[in-house]
Amino acid sequence: MSKKSLTGAEVLIKCLENKGVEYIFGYPGGAAIPIFDALYDSKIKLILTRHEQGATHMADGYARTTGKPGVVLVTSGPGATNTVTGILTSRMDSVPMIVLTGQTTTPNLGKDAFQEADVFGITAPIVKHSYLVKDQNEIATIVEESFEICNTGRPGPVVIDLPKDITSADTVMPEKITIDLPGFKKTPKANHSDIEHLAKTLKGAKKPLIVVGQGVVISRAATAIQKLAEKLNAPVTSTLLGKGGFPETHDLSVGMLGMHGTAYANRCVEHCDLIFSIGSRWDDRIRPGNAEEFCPNAKKCHIDIDPAEVNRIIKVDASVVGDAKEIVERLVPLVEPLETKEWLETVNKWKKKFPLSYKIQGGLKAQHVIEKIYELSKGNAIVTADVGQHQMWAAQFYRTAKPNRWLNSGGAGTMGFGFPAAIGAQLAEPKECVIAIVGDGGFQMTLCELSTAMLHKLPIKILIIDNKYLGMVRQWQSLFYEERLSGVDLEGNPDFVKLGESYGIKGFRIKRAADIEKVLSKALAYNEGPCIIHAEVVKEDNVFPMIPAGKSAADMIINPPKKALEKPEGST
Amino acid sequence: MDQHTISLFVNNKPGVLLRVALIFSRRAFNIESLVVSSAMDGKYSRMTITASGDSKTLEEIIKQANNLVDVIHAGEHIESESIEKELAFIKMKINATNRTEILQIVDNFKSETVDLTHESLIIQVTGKTDKLDAMIELLSHYEVIEIVRTGKVVMARGDLNT
Ligand SMILES: Cc1ncc(C[n+]2csc(CCOP(=O)(O)OP(=O)(O)O)c2C)c(N)n1
Ligand SMILES: [Mg+2]
Repeated sequence: MSKKSLTGAEVLIKCLENKGVEYIFGYPGGAAIPIFDALYDSKIKLILTRHEQGATHMADGYARTTGKPGVVLVTSGPGATNTVTGILTSRMDSVPMIVLTGQTTTPNLGKDAFQEADVFGITAPIVKHSYLVKDQNEIATIVEESFEICNTGRPGPVVIDLPKDITSADTVMPEKITIDLPGFKKTPKANHSDIEHLAKTLKGAKKPLIVVGQGVVISRAATAIQKLAEKLNAPVTSTLLGKGGFPETHDLSVGMLGMHGTAYANRCVEHCDLIFSIGSRWDDRIRPGNAEEFCPNAKKCHIDIDPAEVNRIIKVDASVVGDAKEIVERLVPLVEPLETKEWLETVNKWKKKFPLSYKIQGGLKAQHVIEKIYELSKGNAIVTADVGQHQMWAAQFYRTAKPNRWLNSGGAGTMGFGFPAAIGAQLAEPKECVIAIVGDGGFQMTLCELSTAMLHKLPIKILIIDNKYLGMVRQWQSLFYEERLSGVDLEGNPDFVKLGESYGIKGFRIKRAADIEKVLSKALAYNEGPCIIHAEVVKEDNVFPMIPAGKSAADMIINPPKKALEKPEGST
Repeated sequence: MDQHTISLFVNNKPGVLLRVALIFSRRAFNIESLVVSSAMDGKYSRMTITASGDSKTLEEIIKQANNLVDVIHAGEHIESESIEKELAFIKMKINATNRTEILQIVDNFKSETVDLTHESLIIQVTGKTDKLDAMIELLSHYEVIEIVRTGKVVMARGDLNT
């Protein structure tokens, strides 16, 4: 008997089912109708979003929570271009994602046909890999390859552009799928002599500092790293994305480093004699613009899965290329405890001397609200943040104890990420408490997804830190541009509680410090669907500590300065 | 700024050239010459690229090229360890007075005349890049109509793989 004939789209969906895809985040259109038609009979749940950008961030949030690729399905032309920001976001933070885009028919390619866009070309600089499918018989292989590529080694987004005639054409499900990727470099097995050299380099350090990054979260190396840090007696700091790679509640943790990191973490960077990055790429948020000024007197070690990241920014004394978990597990037996008693005493002194702080008086403070939601949720929530001041305060005051529970757009700094990412996270973990901490600016970029959250009754707590400003930009203008506030006033903000009501979403308001606990307790107990917590905070607070862009840890400003500061030379 | 020669062994598929070119263009790194041709049974292609720039950036470019799914191998060539050649056609405007002089240059550079009319002459020259540069410099004292160069192709010597 010959095999049953299916359309290209049906084969596509079957392959996704076989790969264990639970959700597709999508938005239809003409060129994608055959694929949506095939979804009609599928057990994969389609989450219809309200904008394609939202779909990408949901898929991203789902992927960051589960470690499984998030899948997006959109139509051609504007549908596809609306995914570009989300693709960049996932690429910059190494998140596995598969974006399926409808495309005009193959005879129409290159003819500026209706809703044609050169999606392959537009996305080429920001994908890990991409396909423009020209043969329906190749769909199964391409899906298989895409899953392999997007989540092996350093994860990233894969785009599959699917012309409508290809998804409509007859084909069969192949019995056996063989992938042929001669150029695809699998995760290299770490070189033993490199690990030995690394162990030797660590030896004798008196003031070590371990930096954990996104790579630790991706490789699930947290337990191994805890063993390493405890054996070495070394303090651990994390990057914005590395939060949760080492419990911030642990005695050895010094919290986040970098531009708005803790003063004690940055003091450690300034004074350490050895700095050891695990799964962090020495991004320009954690070091001076001139990388040579970074810890000039410290030895430097690096573990990274991407050989292109080693010695790219910082020249290191020892490096190992490979999977962080595997390497750290092999490293632990090779290292000896370090003599760090004095160093840890100094670090603890800094912790006491320069704690994260804010003034409770003088109006409602974002930090206060966030610190309270941390306490009341017992630090157990999955937290997403948007981008801006509220994000930095969330990073400082919502301590993260476990990996995959702190979701942020780090590399791209994409406003509008936080709320849809929380939708993806809540779908992935329906029983967990998910909190989206967003700014009044960024939330308005993707708030159309309130419908999506409401429709699926997702009990996300949307905490809007409303300072009626694009606060982070205002902070720069206040500190470095003589208060010449230009384009940062968010006059015209809606009443977010009423806005929620119009979607049938429960709303809470916090206007005074005295109300924080009462209101947050109620909101955290509300689980019938999403809720909005509208926190109307003081308008002109600034995030500290701060290392001006391009400067070193030694230039950190711990408390609000009294006089104007010179313009930093670093980018954003 | 040094001249670098990079050779890449890649899948022979649409879009590969775009992906490789993007790694250069995002750094505003100019590609000076590029030779692409299919290799083996047509499943793969060979690219030879020359570009000028600092070595550190180039090293980064090569590592990122190696990260591309469609790149099987990318690496830089060191002159002493490889054979390299380039071919050029040079079309000259000639007349009765300078014709002999030009033909003498052709002879000196062991190049050939591949087309000849009363007014013009096409020279074919092969060799290392600096030989071609030297010849073109000499010919530029006469009237050059146009020049087409292939760009450099290289192969690693001995047991080394290109
Ligand atoms: C899409 C996008 N556009 C612009 C920016 C630049 N930017 C960074 S933070 C910020 C202000 C964010 O304002 P808001 O969401 O209100 O948060 P706040 O800083 O006030 O907490 C802006 C405009 C960005 N990161 N992303
Ligand atoms: Mg704001």
